[in-house]
Amino acid sequence: MISGQVGETPKSKFSLTKILRENSRAQGFFLISPTNIYLFLLVVLPLILVTGLSFLSRGTYGQVEFTLNFSNYTRLFDPLYGKVMLFSLGVGVGTTVICILIGYPLAYFLAHAPIKQRSLLLFLILLPFWTNFIIRIFAWMIILRSGGILDSILQWLHITQGPLNLLYTPTAVMIGMVYEFLPFMVLPLYTSLEKIENSLLEAAADLGAPPYKAFLRVTLPLSVPGMIAGTILTFIPAMGMFVVPDILGGAKTILIGNVIRNQFLTARDWPFGAAASMVLMLMTMILTLYYTRKAGFGEELLV
Amino acid sequence: MKSEHAVEFKDIIKIFPTPEGGQVNAVDHVSITIEHGEFFSLLGPSGCGKTTSLRLMAGFEWPTSGTVYINGQKMGRMPPYLRPVNTVFQNYALFQHMNVYQNVAFGLEMEKVPKGEISRRVGEALEMVKLPGMVKRKPKQLSGGQQQRIALARALVKRPEVLLLDEPLGALDLKLRKEMQLELKALQEQVGITFIYVTHDQEEALTMSNRIAVMSKGRALQIGSSVEIYERPNCKFVADFIGETNFLTGIVKAVDKDRVVVELAKPKQEIIGLAVGELFVGQSVAISIRPEKVYLVDDDGKQEIKVKPNENQLKGRVAATAYIGSDTRVVLELADGVQMKVWEQNAISTLDPEAYYSTGDSVFIVVPHENTLILPEESQ
Repeated sequence: MISGQVGETPKSKFSLTKILRENSRAQGFFLISPTNIYLFLLVVLPLILVTGLSFLSRGTYGQVEFTLNFSNYTRLFDPLYGKVMLFSLGVGVGTTVICILIGYPLAYFLAHAPIKQRSLLLFLILLPFWTNFIIRIFAWMIILRSGGILDSILQWLHITQGPLNLLYTPTAVMIGMVYEFLPFMVLPLYTSLEKIENSLLEAAADLGAPPYKAFLRVTLPLSVPGMIAGTILTFIPAMGMFVVPDILGGAKTILIGNVIRNQFLTARDWPFGAAASMVLMLMTMILTLYYTRKAGFGEELLV
Repeated sequence: MKSEHAVEFKDIIKIFPTPEGGQVNAVDHVSITIEHGEFFSLLGPSGCGKTTSLRLMAGFEWPTSGTVYINGQKMGRMPPYLRPVNTVFQNYALFQHMNVYQNVAFGLEMEKVPKGEISRRVGEALEMVKLPGMVKRKPKQLSGGQQQRIALARALVKRPEVLLLDEPLGALDLKLRKEMQLELKALQEQVGITFIYVTHDQEEALTMSNRIAVMSKGRALQIGSSVEIYERPNCKFVADFIGETNFLTGIVKAVDKDRVVVELAKPKQEIIGLAVGELFVGQSVAISIRPEKVYLVDDDGKQEIKVKPNENQLKGRVAATAYIGSDTRVVLELADGVQMKVWEQNAISTLDPEAYYSTGDSVFIVVPHENTLILPEESQ
């Protein structure tokens, strides 16, 4: 029996310091609360609002009416939206694949450049971010328009005869998208390629692997995590993009991002826009999860 | 049909550019011949050129001039993947994305060995390094010692003519290192492959090797057996690097075959020793006296004691002692402020403190002539 504690009445006064001192779980929760508050306000709350909104309906004057229904989702089954969805998916996948094809050699070159030049080259990759994204996309209008810079150069080199009429075509949209997302593919690829120790390639050579086999068996598998990170950074934003198709695609190329933007800002049908957002989010999430699992590096990426 | 030598270095020079724009001779006129089945060590401090020499054999570097022969075949600029050697890397360089089996099988797959044979040979190799039953683990799930064994198995499974080992035990703790030294030596005798072993640990080199090349500043100063390089170092650097020793300096007064009379600079006296290499009268020399190769005699107030005709005597005072169990390490102060360390073996077993040397004792240091090595100041 421990004397001294007997008969002592517990203090009824609430004391935060006392609780934090004695309860390690409360302490942990308190310490992480800035993150929790941030996540709740900027992720959870908006998500709840959009989810709720997607089950309501539009009033006559564009206001939101609180009548619960699924009509927004059934409307999305219209083949018109199905086509837009599929086209967006195609553009998203296309952008990602082209970014890998261009970005991999670029990242490989960066990772193997002499250390002194490397920081300069990385700086050049990041340089476009110093200018506003919309201004850079407008610059592409000047390059791509009929009789623009690209046309002039190609005709001067006698590669093409007449104008290519690239602007306001899906090709122009793809060029703009690849341009925009390339750095997001190159940087994670560079990071994982740069981490590969030279001694591993020496070991492969020592064990009888000629350079191309050493690349296929050692370099390529070890750069997969970078490729996955780059794909996530490219594919997800590419799926929701609406600025590039607006500017470079004219009114002819419509992605799901444009549909959502139009519902909120032009058609003023917020519930339908919310439903389209939800479907886009679910589709992106499922595809990304499937891809990371398939690539076999899922668990390492989640760490 | 085996050629005469496993590896031959013929007057190899390897020059690297330095970041400051200069040049450094990483390997400088080195000629070494290594026989089949030999355990050969390249020993030296960091930056002496031992790892570069190994990389020249593996083919990761090509010599600036000179020729490397492996198995009698001129290597020239043959790339590593065509050479009949395999390497155990300092940091193991295991493939992190492959499991143990895939790591060990990698070299055989490159040779296009049939699947059945691969699995049999990988099993044998893992048994040889005493790590069977771990084939599914990834390298990261293994301890340092286990990773080391996998690296060894990965190289040995290829059955190379020559196995190159670049400080393979450097990252292991002392106890494990000692165990692995004995195991590696036993393994080498079992498989009969030529091992070329790079290390900066002289004890490791002495324990394991048939022959050792002591290197410094890109040059191979002495090549010989453990006994040869410890008992008869051919220059001051080797005597200093291998084991512990005391150095005195002096000038040669007379030479009689291999016996040399030297006038010491400090303390002022004459000493007779064994000449290493060609010495001439008037030459500046270093005198190496190993701390365990002398004995002490108590001074009973005499100026001199009677010693055998083949022994030198020096006079000193005990400055410090350290009892370390097997022997007592005594620091002596000779005339003119010269210090000398002496290890007295504790052959006696007593608790009486009087039986051991203590600070302030006056003693005679007796050194047999053949334990007094007279070395040229600079290696020839």
